Amino acid sequence: MKTMQLMSGVALAAILGGSAMAQTELTMWYHGAGNQVEADIINQIISDFNASQSDWSVTIESFPQIAYNDSVVAAALAGNLPDILDVDGPVMPNWAWAGYMQPLPIDESVIADFLPGTKGYWDGQLYSIGLWDAAVAMVTRQSTLDALGLRTPTLDAPWTGDEFMAALEAAKASGDFEFAFDPGMAWTGEWYPYAFSPFLPSFGGDLVDRSTYQTAEGVLNGDAAIAFGEWWQSLFTEGYAPGTSQDPAARDNGFIEGRYAFSWNGNWAALGALGAFEDTVFLPAPDFGNGPIIGAASWQFGVSASSEHPEGAAAFIEFALQDEYLAAFSNGIGLIPATATAAAMTENYAPGGPMAVFFDLTAQQALVRPVSPGYVVAAKVFEKALADIANGADVADALDAAVNEINTDIERNGGYGH
Amino acid sequence: MATIAPDNHGLRLVVRYTVLTIIAIIFVFPLVFMLVSSLKPDQQLLADTSSMRAFLPVGDISLNNYYDAFDRAPVGLFVMNSVIVTGVTVVLSLLVCSLAAFSFVFLRWSGRSLILSIILATLIVPFETIAIPLLLIASKLPWIGLEGFTTGWLNSYRVQIVPFIADGLTIFLFVQYFKDLPGELIEAARVEGATWPQIYRRIVMPLAGPVIATAAILKFLVMYNQYLWPLMVVQQESYRPVMVGLQYFFQLNRAWGEIMAYLSLITVPVLVFYLFLQRAFIASIASTGVKG
Amino acid sequence: MASKLTQSNSAGWAFAFPGFALMLAFIILPFFLAFGLSFTNQRLVTPNPTEYVGMANYRQLLGLRILTIEPQRDEAGAVERDDNGDAIYPRMREFTRNNADYPQLAGLQEWFSIDRGDRRSFVLARDVVFMKAIVNTVIFVLIVAPVQGGLALGLALLINQRLRGINLFRAIYFMPVVVSIVVVSLLWRFIYSGQSGLLNNLLSGLSFGMFTPVDWLGNPSTALGSIIVMSIWQAVGFHMVIWLSGLQTISPTLYEAASIEGASKWQTFRYVTWPGLRNTAVLVLIVITMQAFALFAQIDVMTGGGPLDSTQTIVFQAVERGYGKQDISGGSAISVILFCIVLSISLIQRYLTREKS
Repeated sequence: MKTMQLMSGVALAAILGGSAMAQTELTMWYHGAGNQVEADIINQIISDFNASQSDWSVTIESFPQIAYNDSVVAAALAGNLPDILDVDGPVMPNWAWAGYMQPLPIDESVIADFLPGTKGYWDGQLYSIGLWDAAVAMVTRQSTLDALGLRTPTLDAPWTGDEFMAALEAAKASGDFEFAFDPGMAWTGEWYPYAFSPFLPSFGGDLVDRSTYQTAEGVLNGDAAIAFGEWWQSLFTEGYAPGTSQDPAARDNGFIEGRYAFSWNGNWAALGALGAFEDTVFLPAPDFGNGPIIGAASWQFGVSASSEHPEGAAAFIEFALQDEYLAAFSNGIGLIPATATAAAMTENYAPGGPMAVFFDLTAQQALVRPVSPGYVVAAKVFEKALADIANGADVADALDAAVNEINTDIERNGGYGH
Repeated sequence: MATIAPDNHGLRLVVRYTVLTIIAIIFVFPLVFMLVSSLKPDQQLLADTSSMRAFLPVGDISLNNYYDAFDRAPVGLFVMNSVIVTGVTVVLSLLVCSLAAFSFVFLRWSGRSLILSIILATLIVPFETIAIPLLLIASKLPWIGLEGFTTGWLNSYRVQIVPFIADGLTIFLFVQYFKDLPGELIEAARVEGATWPQIYRRIVMPLAGPVIATAAILKFLVMYNQYLWPLMVVQQESYRPVMVGLQYFFQLNRAWGEIMAYLSLITVPVLVFYLFLQRAFIASIASTGVKG
Repeated sequence: MASKLTQSNSAGWAFAFPGFALMLAFIILPFFLAFGLSFTNQRLVTPNPTEYVGMANYRQLLGLRILTIEPQRDEAGAVERDDNGDAIYPRMREFTRNNADYPQLAGLQEWFSIDRGDRRSFVLARDVVFMKAIVNTVIFVLIVAPVQGGLALGLALLINQRLRGINLFRAIYFMPVVVSIVVVSLLWRFIYSGQSGLLNNLLSGLSFGMFTPVDWLGNPSTALGSIIVMSIWQAVGFHMVIWLSGLQTISPTLYEAASIEGASKWQTFRYVTWPGLRNTAVLVLIVITMQAFALFAQIDVMTGGGPLDSTQTIVFQAVERGYGKQDISGGSAISVILFCIVLSISLIQRYLTREKS
């Protein structure tokens, strides 16, 4: 009798326990450790997803952003990647090519209206999708423009390169500012290629020849690129901008403290400027001859190649792509939501909102960084070239060195699969 | 003790203390800056760096940065992880390395000088060089633990401890120190029939106070301040040590006050360990009647 | 200590085994792996299979050539000169890029040039940054080793007095050692800041405003020096303690004998103190040199190798190439080169400081 009770008890427990076991656990890595706002939002999405269905249960592990890419690479070497992965847009081709990620099996009609910069394609397949895009603009105050007597540029009529330099000269001559222009040299790392490489195509050059992705000769050290390099160097030699030894604190707070007239900054930092001044305006990039161009693409979600449940990962990602979450991230960290409908739900990007101009900037002026596995190396090489030129190195030699390195790297990797 | 007895009269004394104090200020001012800045709000902190106020706890002083630092990152967890990893490694390292040094200095055995040369050659190899191959090795090593037989040591304490137990510098420090110990003691013990373990435990190690303290401090510092290796082998927050935790503070919403608070928090255990060993160090030097 | 009593293979091996086995598994084995990797084209992140490439990595790192050319001449055959009166030479990029006459120079860059009368010799390197890294590292070691060792000895002599409270001073002088080099680098960034740094303010104050602020870390001529000063500041306390323990092994009877003979302070130091410090000196010198060659963390936090490569170091290049640019085989090759350099130096050091019996 006792044995029967015991056994039925065990059987009951097994059945009950068994049904709970049917929920598969998915691991996810995110780059937001230390940033409470992002952590709150992503945790909310995860708990909502877990509650909304019973097939999958997502758990998250957070990493500090600076260390994130290194952590993923180390984990990949050790064979320890999670199911769902967060990846920076331009890095995705490198990880996809290396076999860290598998194509994302989501319904593409879901993302049909998404900003082009949020979609990560490699080799013709969708590997990652982002909940937001990031844009860069010239931040300044309307009062500054008025005081210096400058025309306010619009998206349709941006400043030309000459007009831009005249504006800097006016700001410098006025003596009201420590520096006329703050490009943000203190933010070493991905900021340099993201924020500054778009000036290259505006001059007529590029980081790498995008028709073949096999060489940078002629595009990174051709006449157009050298013109860009000399313009870049003049910013520092003429004293318009603080150089590579800029204090990180000065970069973070300088515009708000009134040290700089114009600040080249991304919209994630724009919330601060909006809060500090009522007349903050975001101006489009100058047109150096081939149209005004800014960067695009930010962090995106994808599935790791070693995941055994890509359909579960895809289910989570699709769930996260809903407008309410796009809007939540946008309100929280100031970035552009991926769809116009989500934008309408946000405080800043709704039509008429203070940052709605960024939505248009992205739609009209954005050019993604080169879509190539070789981007990881090219970015570092370009960052160094920019820093060296800013410090006074010979422009042609610095660009030549960059071209040499990029080409050698492409060759040693067998063309990077293009 | 071979110290030089000075002229302790009036002016000379003042001059000596002044010189010592000026030098002391040079060594201490950045730390004072760090501690004082951790009490100030960000704006004031940055504004104060341009004057002597950087070293003075003036203005809007509070512990807010510390509260915020704890909000941003699990500081207590990181410190605990670091203390565990560091403490275990130091203890094991002192044991293993002193044993090895003992055998190199006091025993004669075939292969001794070759092995010692190889060990000393590893002093040259910087860690960054072998990190990747070591990662590949660590991800394949087997282990028998609570979950049974598993491969791969990632996300654990042992992966942060075991590769660092034996290192060339610690062995070198012990070897140099043991060389200076008088051989007659050992010979006398052997004549009396003492076994090697007994000699190690009863004679050599009790005399090794100074080198134990030096090696322990050095090892502690190396282990406590590790960044690259934990970054590569630990992906779960629960095992992260303090230096990886520092990166939490360099996100887009950087707050220098919190960073100063965090830096102060993680420096405290090291200072405590150092001061504790200081006493032991002084005590053992004073009691070393054998030398001089 | 060689006698029958000390011969013991089993005890010797038993005592040394745990340490040696651990080092074999976790240091020596990975090093040989890295050594092997340097002869391949292994990448950190790649789907391509690894191939053996022989000395290609080393050739790419160490490739050097010298090109001696004449200055540009105008149609009359006279040497063209610039405003300063110096002869104008054609730019190197004309020779190294797309020039079929000089295929062996393709991909090289100018490192430096030497004037020889009416011609100039250009030294071209395949990896100029790496060459600069080697030079910077050697400069760093050559300066830090004697300066830090000497300062540490001076501090040790200063501390080796029987004054009240001397132990407090010793503890304070040692304190920077216990702080992480990353923390120290972050703090010193504030101190060295060009705009509102503490050092500039201090020097301004001391010179009554005559001192113009210097951008310590942003100026190629001061960046390496600033890093040197900071590194010495951080590490000198440790070597002071090592010198101290050496000083305290010198028998006081020797000092008494010296003072009876009427020796001056300098004579006492030279004939009593210094000879007794021989072993300690070797230890200090070797440890400082090893640590100096591994210069990395300060560069990573403070300057990133700049400005204009003035703070590039060998280990920094190894990390940047291996991890940043995903070229593990190149990073390993750099590490092997470093190993060879340091090995030769330590062998030379050993030879120079050997016991002359």
